[in-house]
Amino acid sequence: MSLLASAVLAAPAPTPDIPAPTIEYGLLSPMLLVFGIAVVGVLVEAFVPRAHRAAVQMPITLLGLAGAFILTIVVATQDITPASGQGWGKLAAMGSIGIDRPTLFIQGTILILALVSTFMIAERRTDEGSFTAQAAATPGSAAEREGLLAGATHTEVYPLVMFAVGGMLLFPASGDLITMFVALEVLSLPLYLLCGLARRRRLLSQEAAVKYFLLGAFSSGFFLFGAALLYGYAGSVQLGAIARAVRLGPGGQYATEVYGASGQFAQVTVGSNALLMLGVALLAVGLLFKLGAVPFQSWKPDVYQGAPTPITALMASCTLVAAFGALFRVFYVAFDGLTWEWRPMMWLIAILTMVVGAVVAVTQTDVKRLLAYSSIAHAGFILTGMIAADAAGLSSALFYLAAYGFTTIGAFAIVTLVRDAGGEAGHLSRWAGLGKRSPVIAGAFAFFLLAFAGIPLTSGFIGKFAVFQAAIAGGATPLVVVGVLSSAVAAFFYVRIIVLMFFSDPAPDGPAVVVPSVFTSAAVALGVAATLVLGVLPQSVLDLADQAASSLFVR
Amino acid sequence: MTGTLTSAAAPLAGSFGNLAGAGLAETTAATGAVHGNAWLMVAFPLLGAAVLLLGGRRTSGWGHYLAVAMSLASFVWGVLSFFQLLGFAPEERSRDLHIFSWIPVGSLRIDFGLLLDPLSLTFVLLITGVGSLIHIYSIGYMAHDPERRRFFAYLNLFVAAMLLLVLANNYALLYVGWEGVGLASYLLIGFWQYKNSAAVAAKKAFIVNRVGDFGLSVGIMIMFATFGTVAFTPIFEHAAEGAQGWVTTIALLLLLGACGKSAQLPLQSWLLDAMEGPTPVSALIHAATMVTAGVYLITRSGPIFDVAPEAQLVVTIVGAATLLFGAIIGCAKDDIKKALAGSTMSQIGYMHLAAGLGPIGYAAAIAHLLTHGFFKAGLFLGAGSVMHGMNDQVDMRKYGALRKAMPITFATFGLGYLAIIGFPGLAGWFTKDAIIEAAFAKGGTTGLVLGGAALLGAGLTAFYMSRVMFMTFFGTKRWDDGAHPHESPASMTGPMVLLAIGSVFGGAFLVLGHRFADFLAPVVGEQEAHAFNPLAPASVATFVLMVLGVSIAWLRYGRERATVPRTAPKGSFVTVAARKDLYGDAINEGLLMRPGQWLARVSVFVDNRGIDGIVRSLAAAVGGSSGRLRRVQTGYVRSYALSMFFGAAIVVAALLVVRL
Repeated sequence: MSLLASAVLAAPAPTPDIPAPTIEYGLLSPMLLVFGIAVVGVLVEAFVPRAHRAAVQMPITLLGLAGAFILTIVVATQDITPASGQGWGKLAAMGSIGIDRPTLFIQGTILILALVSTFMIAERRTDEGSFTAQAAATPGSAAEREGLLAGATHTEVYPLVMFAVGGMLLFPASGDLITMFVALEVLSLPLYLLCGLARRRRLLSQEAAVKYFLLGAFSSGFFLFGAALLYGYAGSVQLGAIARAVRLGPGGQYATEVYGASGQFAQVTVGSNALLMLGVALLAVGLLFKLGAVPFQSWKPDVYQGAPTPITALMASCTLVAAFGALFRVFYVAFDGLTWEWRPMMWLIAILTMVVGAVVAVTQTDVKRLLAYSSIAHAGFILTGMIAADAAGLSSALFYLAAYGFTTIGAFAIVTLVRDAGGEAGHLSRWAGLGKRSPVIAGAFAFFLLAFAGIPLTSGFIGKFAVFQAAIAGGATPLVVVGVLSSAVAAFFYVRIIVLMFFSDPAPDGPAVVVPSVFTSAAVALGVAATLVLGVLPQSVLDLADQAASSLFVR
Repeated sequence: MTGTLTSAAAPLAGSFGNLAGAGLAETTAATGAVHGNAWLMVAFPLLGAAVLLLGGRRTSGWGHYLAVAMSLASFVWGVLSFFQLLGFAPEERSRDLHIFSWIPVGSLRIDFGLLLDPLSLTFVLLITGVGSLIHIYSIGYMAHDPERRRFFAYLNLFVAAMLLLVLANNYALLYVGWEGVGLASYLLIGFWQYKNSAAVAAKKAFIVNRVGDFGLSVGIMIMFATFGTVAFTPIFEHAAEGAQGWVTTIALLLLLGACGKSAQLPLQSWLLDAMEGPTPVSALIHAATMVTAGVYLITRSGPIFDVAPEAQLVVTIVGAATLLFGAIIGCAKDDIKKALAGSTMSQIGYMHLAAGLGPIGYAAAIAHLLTHGFFKAGLFLGAGSVMHGMNDQVDMRKYGALRKAMPITFATFGLGYLAIIGFPGLAGWFTKDAIIEAAFAKGGTTGLVLGGAALLGAGLTAFYMSRVMFMTFFGTKRWDDGAHPHESPASMTGPMVLLAIGSVFGGAFLVLGHRFADFLAPVVGEQEAHAFNPLAPASVATFVLMVLGVSIAWLRYGRERATVPRTAPKGSFVTVAARKDLYGDAINEGLLMRPGQWLARVSVFVDNRGIDGIVRSLAAAVGGSSGRLRRVQTGYVRSYALSMFFGAAIVVAALLVVRL
């Protein structure tokens, strides 16, 4: 205390008065609501009796997500002009969070997909839900059995999901790399936990959680390292400032306002290109890991297979959207002037992702692993749109993400329904003849598979067409050729499942299709409806994505 | 778009009108309850076909009456439309009915629209009039067929498609009708598909027609490329402006289409086999209406042909060659329907010859088409009546002396016979002489050759038709055991009588007083009026040749002492060739079918060995690399982390390489 006092005395000169940061609560309200509900969820866990927790958590979670979606629309309808005077949007919270049209589209997509995923999480009729009774109990132990018999459930799932969704909303909206890193951790940590909560095959689930956590931490390290190098280059972690530094080039100088000392400016000298390039590369590694691009995909099959299927659905849809959103923001805003430098690297990644995803999927025998590789391949297709680095590329990728999210949730929802004595019937051979036993469910799954394959009259076709068109317009024709060939390979294993379901004789002890409650039915029905509507009448959503992308990200 | 074209071309249209010799009718919008709902003419039979086909066996009891009613309804509407058209001044007799915008794609804008003018309504009356008669005839003829409902459904489908063909106001819609009649023809030729010969004949007709249809469709595409539209009015206004080479190409492609549909050389081979269909079908489709669609197409496209003289010359050559070709075949056939089919080819050759002569011949071609529609339909129905009474025997060598057993058939067939050979005063005399005269009037060597061919054809016609007549109704009985020839029921003889009346008076009605030529003038252009002269040199020559042909036939087949063997004698090499359709099929097989089969075999070989091999090895390669790549996924998190590390190294390298 005295030390501090003496220091103050020694330097009586202007004490920087810390200004209260301005927070645009209105613009941030969707995220604030989600985080608020998450905190309320924690309080519910603390104060509501165990028997009533599920009945409280589930509605507030659903209402919170729906409310956040409505707030997103409200924000989107407002008239917000950025400081530059062009486009639409604003850097909120002292520049830490960018609210603009693409971000709102991404956030809206995440919220809707999270809502549908939550339907699956709320399902109780299939095997008492997908989550373990007592996560802390050793698999196979007496404690586990007690928990099962007592009918215990982990209602903590709901606040965890809300925290993860909150992180996902913040991730693509981050205006600087520190906020982005925090968002990355906020979205990742709950997911690590959720991955380990599967009710059946718990060892596999816990293994998946540990793998995801270790590799996630590893990739976070890359991200942080990259952020540090970029700070060294640009003297700022603000995405806009990095873009300015890139324009100035090494040795360029610019003045930046000292935080908390209005009117005082510090001179910043832009660092060497080595810092920049290494920073770009390491940051890219961190982001590409989250969306599972090759060669950072290795976690995806193991985690998707081990995680409780509703959480897999959440990751395959919402996390993918959030990760792409962040990738878009970083590369379109901060590295805007470096397009020619990062494009060859992205070409390489996109080609590897599409080819490896499609080829390795051919020999998969587990339906969740197959969908995981399919998700890897789809990430590659979206990357081809991203490489165009213009409004058309962004718009097509946004549409693709929304369309793919609905389809993939629907597909995973069906995976939860096809069960035998050991839980979900994961092995593909068990799905033989399903079309004869349960034509509706098998038909819906076949429809989703056709959408994954990109057959016309499904959203998958429109999405692929849009990204490939944008890529060709952006001069990436060879990439599109690779993409089309990968689609052809991918079509093989999608159609193989359809053949298996409809043209094979069912096994005598084959799995049964559980009649789900309204929740999972709604997830499947919404998936089918969205896949069909976006495939037949896509124009309104395409227009929306166009409109969102046309103003690009705010700087 | 059409609007701007029309207004831009207004001065040109005027000069074009002069070019054609007279002011053509300006197309105006159709008005009034009758013209305004002209689409009903197509809709009635289409509805009938739909009810009969979709209704299934429930409609078997009354379906044929519905079909007749629908055909008659179209006929009545056609008559009403005709009279409303007559109410306008001649230069106003072109009425356009826009129904809806059919294909609005980019600069290709095609309307679903109908054109009501003298030419199209003439055809409407022929199609629905003769069509209705044949519908009625079929009630009796098909009475014992278990599939009568399907037969009537196809007949109605044909009438609808044929009406669409002649009423369309653009080539794309015409093409729809064109394909529709092709489909109906295919279905009806193969109506008795349990007979292999019928099934093969149907396929043959379809495939040969594809060649013609292909030409027509390519012609339509070139039209769009050249004129930017496929509608009649703007194309005809601008026909003279198009590049000469392209216009000639379009005209020749249209001719190819016409050859296919009308069984003209070199696409003639299907018509004789098409006689496998039920006889009413032969009468309606393969004599009176569908096969004349080629003549309609050329006449309708007159403004295109008028500016492509080379194409016109080809049309006349095709017509002249076919008229001789068909006549020669007709001389040798013992199958009554095939003899008549050869005659049909020959008569349509006359029409093409006339249409190829340009404005001077259009009216003559259509007039002959109309009278031919009457007498040839009557002849076919007569042949059907004979077959009906003779246990479906078609071999004329097994007929003979039927005039007493079938008096009405004999009388109506006889009148049709006199009409086709050009007996003075009957229909064929007026219209065929007009064509022969027009051919000679072309002048020069061309006129002489064409006129000579037409003249020779007239003599041949007299011979082969007399042969049919005498072998069937005169001479001695050569019937099979158990044949009890009898007259057909009234539902069959009634139409035959009506058609016979048309065969007698139709020609005089159309030709005398220049009536029909004046009526068509707003469409095909005015021709200088020259009165019908029965004592012109060409007419006299025609008459002499006709008498000669009949006399030879009488000597060989008709008189008491002439004997007609029940089995065909060997015959001269000309007879043998004619019996084999002058080797038309052999040429097709040698030139097209065998090379085609050889090509197919090579393709199959390449597909099995080459392409499948590539596909299989590709699949094996993907599967193999999948298995190998899969092993990278060890399940050990340490190796995952290592792969990430190397991946990061690759990313860094990829970025730095660019900067180098």
